[in-house]
Amino acid sequence: MSGVRLLVGTRKGAFVITSDGGRKTWKVEGPHFAGWEIYHVKGSPANPKRLYASQSSGWFGQVLQRSNDGGSTWEAAGNDFRYEGTPGTHTWYDGSPHPWEFKRVWHIEPSLTDPDMIYAGVEDAALFASKDAGTTWAEMPGLRTHETAPGWAPGAGGLCLHTIVIDPKNPDRMFIAISSAGVFRSDDAGKSWRPANRGLRSNTMPDEDAEVGHCVHRIAMHPSRPNTLFMQKHWDVMRTDDGAESWREISGNLPTDFGFVIDVNSNEPDTVYVIPITSDSHHFVSEGKLRVYRSKTGGDDWEALTNGLPQKDCYVNVLRDAMTVDQLDPCGVYFGTSGGQVYASANGGDSWDTIVRDLPPVLSVEVQTLK
Amino acid sequence: MIQVVLPKNLQILAGVGRTVELQVSGPVTQRSVLDALEESYPALIGTMRDRNTKQRRPMIRFFACEEDLSHESLDAELPPEVASGKEPFLIIGAIAGG
Repeated sequence: MSGVRLLVGTRKGAFVITSDGGRKTWKVEGPHFAGWEIYHVKGSPANPKRLYASQSSGWFGQVLQRSNDGGSTWEAAGNDFRYEGTPGTHTWYDGSPHPWEFKRVWHIEPSLTDPDMIYAGVEDAALFASKDAGTTWAEMPGLRTHETAPGWAPGAGGLCLHTIVIDPKNPDRMFIAISSAGVFRSDDAGKSWRPANRGLRSNTMPDEDAEVGHCVHRIAMHPSRPNTLFMQKHWDVMRTDDGAESWREISGNLPTDFGFVIDVNSNEPDTVYVIPITSDSHHFVSEGKLRVYRSKTGGDDWEALTNGLPQKDCYVNVLRDAMTVDQLDPCGVYFGTSGGQVYASANGGDSWDTIVRDLPPVLSVEVQTLK
Repeated sequence: MIQVVLPKNLQILAGVGRTVELQVSGPVTQRSVLDALEESYPALIGTMRDRNTKQRRPMIRFFACEEDLSHESLDAELPPEVASGKEPFLIIGAIAGG
C-alpha cells in the first residue's frame, strides 16, 4: 500500500500531512514547534522515518530538529553552525563590506544513501555537513572561501544558500544556488566549487552576464537526467543540458518569467512546473488568479493549470521551497502559499484539491513517497 | 532552588512548563544560572546566548525583582531574592513588532 507524507514548514510551526496513494483524503498533524519559523523539513531517502527540520527564530536563533519515527516525536539535534576560520566579509546591499554572520538554516538536504549524512544550506551563504544525524556540524569551506565570495550580495531574503542538488548517479557532483550569487557546481563532493552561471543575464547587475551575482531562486533536476537542470531565476526560467556549463532561457509564453518555485514531473523528465509571480514589488500571482504553468516540452511552451485553483481575488505568493512532486504514477504535485493553503494534484497538475486552507504562511513543502 | 521563568517558545523547546527550578552552586549570576539551565536542558543551548562567546542574544532580556538586568555583567551577582528562590529570574523574548 503506497502513501505520501507531506512535510510543511510555516512561519509558525511544522505540519505533517498524510494520505494513501489515492491522495484524496488527508490527515493533518501539527503544529510541531508552534510559534517557531520552520524554513524546511525533509526526510532521508535512505530511511523515510528519519526527518530533519530547520527551526529558527529572530529571538532564539537556530535549532535543528530530528525525528526517528516519521514526525510523531522530535528531538533537538546540534545547532553549532560555526564558520571555518575567520569568516571575513561579503558585500552588503549598498556595496560596502559586511561581516559574514550565521542567521539560519534555509535548506536541508539529506544524503541519498546515508540517513545520518545531511547537508545544510545557510544564511549567510555557506554549506555545512553533518555525518552524525545533525548532532555536530562542520562547514564545507571551499564554497564560502571561493575567490568570488567577498563580492556576493544578499537578495531581499538575505544572502542565503537555498538549493542543494546531489547528482544521484555521481554523488560527488553537487549543485547549489545562492541568492544573489548564483549556481555553483562541485565535482569533488563539495571540497571545491566553481560558478556555473554561463548564459544567465540579470539586469540588476552592471555586467549583465557576470560570472556571479545572479539571483537564482531555485534549481531542479530529474534523477534520470542529471545533466539537465531547470532554473527559476529572479527573472527568467532557464535550462541547461550540459550539467550547468551553459544555460538557455525557456520562459517562452509565460505571463511573467518571475517566480520562485520550479520542479520536474517524476515520471516525465521534460514536464516542468512553475508558478509565475508578479514582481518586483508585488510578489503575488497576477490577475488575482493562482495558476501553475506546466511545460511538457522541457520549456518554452507553457500551459496554465487552473482546475481547482482560485481564479479570482487571489493574491498569494509561493516561496522557493514550497513546491514538490511525489514518486507515484501519475505524479503528485504539491505546493503551499503565503496565504496558508496547501494544494495537491494527484494527476500531474490536471486538477487540484485544497488539502488545508488556513495554515500560517507556508515556507516549504516536501513530500515522501511511502511504499 | 533558583526559579527561572522561560518564554513560551523555550518552554516548548525544552519540554517544560513556565517555571523551572535549578540548583546553582557558587555565586548566583547570570552566567551560573544559564550554565545550570543549559546543563539541565541542552536543547536550549544557543537559544538565549551565543554558545561560544556567551553573549546574550540581541532580542533576549533578563528581568528580576522588577529590574532589567540585561545589561549587567554576566558575572554580577543576582539579587538575593533570586538567589534564595523567593523571586524568579525571568528570561524574556523582547517585545518587537505589532
